[in-house]
Amino acid sequence: MTYEVLSYSDIALAAILVLANALLSIALKLKLERQLLIASVRMVVQLVLVGLILKLLFEQQSPIWTALIIVLMLLFAGREIAARQDRSFVGLWSYGLGTVTMIVSTMVVTIFALTTQVQPDPWYDPRYAVTMLGMIMGNTMTGVSLGLDTLTSRASGERLAIEAQLALGRSREDAFRPLVRDALRAGFMPMINAMAATGLVSLPGMMTGQILGGVDPVEAVKYQLLIMFLIGGATGLGVLMAVLGGAWRLSDDRHRLRLDRLMSSRSRNSG
Amino acid sequence: MAGYVFDLKSLTDPVILEAALQVEAGSCVALSGASGAGKSRFLRALADLDPNNADIWLAGKSRAQFRAPDWRRCITYVAAESGWWAEQVGAHFHENDLESAHQLMLALGLPPNATEWDVARLSTGERQRLALVRALVQEPDVLLLDEPTAPLDEKSTESVEKLLTDFLAQGGVVFLVTHDAAQAVRLADRFLEAADMCIREVCP
Repeated sequence: MTYEVLSYSDIALAAILVLANALLSIALKLKLERQLLIASVRMVVQLVLVGLILKLLFEQQSPIWTALIIVLMLLFAGREIAARQDRSFVGLWSYGLGTVTMIVSTMVVTIFALTTQVQPDPWYDPRYAVTMLGMIMGNTMTGVSLGLDTLTSRASGERLAIEAQLALGRSREDAFRPLVRDALRAGFMPMINAMAATGLVSLPGMMTGQILGGVDPVEAVKYQLLIMFLIGGATGLGVLMAVLGGAWRLSDDRHRLRLDRLMSSRSRNSG
Repeated sequence: MAGYVFDLKSLTDPVILEAALQVEAGSCVALSGASGAGKSRFLRALADLDPNNADIWLAGKSRAQFRAPDWRRCITYVAAESGWWAEQVGAHFHENDLESAHQLMLALGLPPNATEWDVARLSTGERQRLALVRALVQEPDVLLLDEPTAPLDEKSTESVEKLLTDFLAQGGVVFLVTHDAAQAVRLADRFLEAADMCIREVCP
């Protein structure tokens, strides 16, 4: 495999584009320059660190370090899901639901892929395990956050409609069905859209990366397809678990709507 | 339903109210008290819509022996502000209930084709009457009514009271939260007052 190796001055040259944006923001008084610069610096630091960590990890081939990194990634994903909720659950559930969902859905799918389709040796080879899990997690996280956010905001927005059904003797399953359906749809949509638009509107980053790295485009496409299907599977599993778990938590065994288990709206507090 | 007794042995929830009372079949209990005294919370606790420790018996059977949805079919809460979950009025009724719903609607001055109306276009008064029909059509034993006639004009109020009188005559029990003292006297034979986190029986 041959590819054009980048030097640090090449990257500095590209960074001028962002600087130009910052200058534009100052000139037009958009007040975006601070955010833009902080985001750029964060990106540089985070990615350089990730590069170094991955390099170390690949050299070590240690199952313990690989597992440790994966645990860290999953915990961050759980925190990110909680942070993206306008109304998150009270107590352990706020962090726990997203984290457990991410662990189960992404791990099941990644281990399935590593042991049956990709089959590196050893199967936990971090070059495959960490990178694939990272891609699957990023997408599953988006779906799970959207699904949960839809569920909780609709449950609090439609309290009267839900309680009217419960008061008339409908079960919590019946009363929650439209919400659960909409929350599942919201969680699945980004994945479905991504699959439908890929190749036409956007070239997936991973595939482009492989092609830039010298891989035959047809081979790169095969990898991309595999990853997209894995993402689909993990998102489906994750969104389903999160939304059903959330609906279960929002009601109780006496078929009551338990909005007291949600924190008050964040946007209202800050606004 | 005759001879049947609603028996609230105890309710000692600190955030709701303290209460204990027995009600006979065909009895209407009016509940009054200042806003925020806990009247709605009390009704919601009876219907088991909020967590509470009420020990309630219906016709000799404890609430714990009922599945919660079955309990709420027997003792149905109609909120002051009604909730709707489908676009059309008719979708809120079970198919088999539509015919009796039409009769109740006529009695309340609503045309039978009201089931084809869009919920979004209903007035507050229409909503309130339809919410009552929705509950009555399921033939509950006990109705918990939270200001059922507050948004209604005189004529509609009269028709609602007539319907409730019929319900009582058939042995039903009604808990009625109302700010209209005259209405309480017209319908109720028992009077409760909520104050200082507890419910007391009072004379009208």
